[in-house]
Amino acid sequence: MLTADDKKLILQIWEKVLGHQEDFGAEALERMFATYPQTKTYFPHFDLQHGSAQVKGHGKKVAAALVEAANHIDDIAGALSKLSDLHAQKLRVDPVNFKLLGQCFLVVVAIHHPSVLTPEVHASLDKFLCAVGNVLTAKYR
Amino acid sequence: MVHWTAEEKQLITSLWGKVNVEECGAEALARLLIVYPWTQRFFSSFGNLSSPTAIIGNPKVRAHGRKVLTSFGEAVKNLDNIKATYAKLSELHCEKLHVDPENFRLLGDILIIVLASHFARDFTPACQFAWQKLVGVVAHALARKYH
Repeated sequence: MLTADDKKLILQIWEKVLGHQEDFGAEALERMFATYPQTKTYFPHFDLQHGSAQVKGHGKKVAAALVEAANHIDDIAGALSKLSDLHAQKLRVDPVNFKLLGQCFLVVVAIHHPSVLTPEVHASLDKFLCAVGNVLTAKYR
Repeated sequence: MVHWTAEEKQLITSLWGKVNVEECGAEALARLLIVYPWTQRFFSSFGNLSSPTAIIGNPKVRAHGRKVLTSFGEAVKNLDNIKATYAKLSELHCEKLHVDPENFRLLGDILIIVLASHFARDFTPACQFAWQKLVGVVAHALARKYH
């Protein structure tokens, strides 16, 4: 459950991410594919080499969804309802993978903004990413 | 036995050589207790864990974090024999400490974040892969003797 303090910290860190969110999204994906090769099974149709335009494009989409969630932090389920439908009906990405992408997103933030990712911010951001993952898998069954 | 490529071994050992075990250990354990507060259940004897500030400043947390990461160093030194390296510790965590092995995975993930924040771009995707593999192997070895 996201507390008022969580929301404050999330919006704080989001200010740092905005402007770079597409790069962060792409880097998180690249790291996910490198660290957890099994995640590549969802992208057989992609060129997954470093610098891939497809990965960049997809990173942009992922980042946009996270921004949307952050902008509607009091109703993430509402904001991501269509994406939730998409994941349930079409994409059917196994729920475990959202944690893996979340971990990689945290790594990217840690690399680019280590001083901003205090333990408290880390906790809130992790909660936020979990909440997004939960919303995206909420309609699976 | 786990198979490590020469590159993976190199990525692990060269990064480890630059790690301040006392600082990183303290930070990793503090973050575990802050990010996943239910892990505090194992540390009721540690005194004040009532806030992130208290946890970060808690000397028992710092000391224990250092101890845990020092032990992690044994894995780095014995990459080809991690199972045997942690056999006794595995028994201890099961029989005496009663720690759910999921906690080893959580700490491993936290350690990755701490390393990323310290090494920034040097913590390349290849490096992250090798280290995520290592923390997974250590977690597995620590759970191996559970019964």
